[in-house]
Amino acid sequence: MITAHTHSQVYVLDQDEALDFYVGTLGLEVNTDANLGFMRWLTVQAPGHPEHQLLLEKPGPPAHDGETAEQIRELVTKGALGMAGIFVVDDVHKVYEELVAKGVEFTEEPTERFYGTDCGLRDPFGNALRIGQPKEGPVEFPETGEVAAGDWS
Amino acid sequence: MSRATEERNRFMLRARDAIDRDYAEPLDIPTLARIACVSEAHFIRTFRAVFGETPHRYLQRRRVERAMFLLRETESSVTEICFDVGFRSLGSFTRTFTEIVGEPPTTYRWRAADLRAVPACFAKAWTRPSSFGEARTAAGK
Repeated sequence: MITAHTHSQVYVLDQDEALDFYVGTLGLEVNTDANLGFMRWLTVQAPGHPEHQLLLEKPGPPAHDGETAEQIRELVTKGALGMAGIFVVDDVHKVYEELVAKGVEFTEEPTERFYGTDCGLRDPFGNALRIGQPKEGPVEFPETGEVAAGDWS
Repeated sequence: MSRATEERNRFMLRARDAIDRDYAEPLDIPTLARIACVSEAHFIRTFRAVFGETPHRYLQRRRVERAMFLLRETESSVTEICFDVGFRSLGSFTRTFTEIVGEPPTTYRWRAADLRAVPACFAKAWTRPSSFGEARTAAGK
């Protein structure tokens, strides 16, 4: 039986720049920054929460051949590699204002939805992130696919 | 290739995000090209190379998707919805909507309202966009 989900991963184009953004700007903290020789194992986490870490991985050889690495980098910059993570804050409007002031690129301002209030942003490379404040209590998903689907955007 | 391509993509993504965010505004090519930091002609060509369709088409699809939502979920009139999602004439809204969805806004709304009356599994099976061509036939294409 699987008992925990400890790591997820996102491709970044530059690990120093990633550190600046995820730690310096967003306010996550470094869990591990280790030069393993063959790779730099760099993980960040919500402050005080080592139970889930985000691995900031740079694509490249020998894990990927040069052409594949280029393709990954291209997809990251097109915003086509999905969502790097959804983060929870206690005051989404305040965090939004702070991050806007720091020049973070938002794709969506805080919006109220059936699951809470959240907003969308991008990391410097093109990866999508969400920051939100979940509704208290149980969330009820609306019925049926089509009728409710539009509410997501 | 490489760094220049990545930078190009990133600028195009910024313009595409602007479409997704500000679709209801009178977005035009000069505005979007400015966001992407390129000339207008270059912008249209590059956007298409990166995302597989022109910025105009992407904007139309975004507006139509929002209109579908409003037609289903609100009581607003078709004309109100047309302007709410950024179209500037009812004619171009109806034409574009019909071309993309396969049926006019009023028909779509009537059919979507009916959906609430049936169990979800039927709605799912019968409202799935078809690859068999009936939608186009029904719309007189």
